[in-house]
Amino acid sequence: MDFQTLVFFFLSAILVFASLRVITARNPVHAALYLILAFFSCGGVWALLQAEFLAIAIILVYVGAVMVLFLFVVMMLDINIDRIRQGFWHYLPLGALLGVLMVVEMGLVLGSKYFQVPASEAMLPANISNTKGLGALMFSDYVYPFELASIILLVGMIAAIVLTYRGPKKSKYTNPAKQVFVKAKDRIRVLQMPVEKD
Amino acid sequence: MDALMNFGLGMFGGVWPAVWTLVKIVLIVAPLMLGVAYLTWAERKVIGYMQVRIGPNRVGPWGLIQPIADGLKLLMKEIIVPSGSNKAIFIIAPMLAIAPALAAWAVVPFTDSLVLANIDASLLYIMAITSMGVYGIILSGWASNSKYAFLGAMRSAAQMVSYEISMGFSLICVLMVSNSLNLVDIVYAQDHGRFAEWGVGFLSWNWLPLLPMFLVYLISGVAETNRAPFDVAEGESEIVAGFHVEYSGMAFAVFFLAEYANMILVAALTSIMFLGGWLSPVGFLPDGALWLFAKMAFVLLLFLWFRATFPRYRYDQLMRLGWKVFVPVCLVWLFVVGAWMMSPLNIWK
Amino acid sequence: MGSMKEVFNSLLLKELLKGMSVTGKYFFARKITVQYPEEKTPMSNRFRGLHALRRYPNGEERCIACKLCEAICPAMAITIEAEPRDDGSRRTTRYDIDLTKCIFCGFCEEACPVDAVVETRIYEYHGEKRGDLYYTKQMLLANGDRYEAQIAQDRQLDAKYR
Repeated sequence: MDFQTLVFFFLSAILVFASLRVITARNPVHAALYLILAFFSCGGVWALLQAEFLAIAIILVYVGAVMVLFLFVVMMLDINIDRIRQGFWHYLPLGALLGVLMVVEMGLVLGSKYFQVPASEAMLPANISNTKGLGALMFSDYVYPFELASIILLVGMIAAIVLTYRGPKKSKYTNPAKQVFVKAKDRIRVLQMPVEKD
Repeated sequence: MDALMNFGLGMFGGVWPAVWTLVKIVLIVAPLMLGVAYLTWAERKVIGYMQVRIGPNRVGPWGLIQPIADGLKLLMKEIIVPSGSNKAIFIIAPMLAIAPALAAWAVVPFTDSLVLANIDASLLYIMAITSMGVYGIILSGWASNSKYAFLGAMRSAAQMVSYEISMGFSLICVLMVSNSLNLVDIVYAQDHGRFAEWGVGFLSWNWLPLLPMFLVYLISGVAETNRAPFDVAEGESEIVAGFHVEYSGMAFAVFFLAEYANMILVAALTSIMFLGGWLSPVGFLPDGALWLFAKMAFVLLLFLWFRATFPRYRYDQLMRLGWKVFVPVCLVWLFVVGAWMMSPLNIWK
Repeated sequence: MGSMKEVFNSLLLKELLKGMSVTGKYFFARKITVQYPEEKTPMSNRFRGLHALRRYPNGEERCIACKLCEAICPAMAITIEAEPRDDGSRRTTRYDIDLTKCIFCGFCEEACPVDAVVETRIYEYHGEKRGDLYYTKQMLLANGDRYEAQIAQDRQLDAKYR
């Protein structure tokens, strides 16, 4: 067993353990933290596969941004574990069905080697960096799907904003954009008045 | 150097590369920690001078032993774990704060050969690692089970995620003009141009053609490190000390170290990305790591100068600055740089 | 047009640079720190510090136990007990000032008809226990004896304004 295999098993053991804890941890914040650990180990496994761009991207995007916002929300929630567990047996059949389906799909994909499906060998170009290759492909051969994906994301973002927009605020609030441009002369006026005599 | 290598091979045999890497890590981290200690000293001196005081001057000549005394004091103090806290996370949080601040140094090049790991995507690596620094803060805030700590954590989470975007955009401009994600290549990309040929290399560094991005990066860097005037996560006058209000002794000191190590890191990155790294500003002087340290010292002085000058941003103004000023400015300048590079006036060929 | 100008000023960081130039100037200004134990600021002869009970030059204590100081003390820091002495004169048997209560307003000194209780310039004293700052008559008289020269000089300087 060479060093790389050792690292792989180390990372995947952490990955599997962390993923299990994500769904078994009682505390939602702990679950989110295990999810972060899972993403991180996943990034490590990808880095082992020479996919350093994907490895760093998952850490940058998921660990660095998405999970921060996720934690942000989870920390604010007041989750009552008992109430959530009430519906457990009710949802179990559907959940189990979906789980089995996913396992079968994964098995079909990963097991293709054993079913003698000619797998497309990933070609590793000799002296071009992973990031450069990915970028070149994304903006030449796959530019159309790439732009389409970004448009879909944009639509999703706008849709979320529209769905949660509740009309103009009725309460009074300050506008920081206006505030920062306020000058002393907007707020105070020095008047020259003649002395009043009686 | 070769003699050292041979001696190490003879001494440790097969594990020598690992031992040698460890030695290099120590050689980076130990001076870094010393730098952090003396940065606190410099901060107190500089801010004192700007407030017409003289700062610490009792412990040793010019107060030079003051940081050591402070460190010893913090080491001796008890670490109090609040009874309502989440103990494991409470203890892990400071480690999560300092680990990224140290890990990022792995790819920082001091000169073209003096770098621990010269990897291809080092810029991406830096962005990924620094984006994890926020976890120490939000977890400490949550695990403390204290209102003030939690408010500080929420503020800093929102703030760091927002300013990472403008920081990322300004770095995209840098990597566009230098055509590489490697920090060594980014420095070398600043070494040619008309001004460099004339012997005034400092005018061909990225800060001049990318001036708005330089300012955005610098200010976002101040915000990322939670420094004044963006220190709403601490905000001692509003939320006492924010996320580390429940921490004492060495646990607090680790947060402190992380903040200052992050400052030094941002200073190093600013110097590499925009101020030409180890390149000499003028043609007749040789390049070298000393130039990088001088530039870092200059950027750090700016950090301290900001703190001595500006009052704290209010939270909504801070969010406005990040989203409504920096992001649009970055997007516009991204377009301008792209158009500039496509035009015949391109200076980055 | 005015607002465009403001936008440009803010984008060019004009005000920030102005502020930094101010602090930058003060960086090089002469420092006004007084390095306390070695250097001290000048002090008025009216300074109100540690209390003392004075004596007449013949050694007789001035205090006649009129209790005006006890009455006027806003912090009720003074406790006096008195009874006639063997020679028939009215003197205190107890005169205590609790310095942890005292607010150093100087009213006791103002109220005293015989200039017996005074506040001296001494401010560098301390107690290691709470009781150490409870000054009894003997301690106050000892203060008066020790600093009499300074006390007399300060009263002399202030006499023409009274």
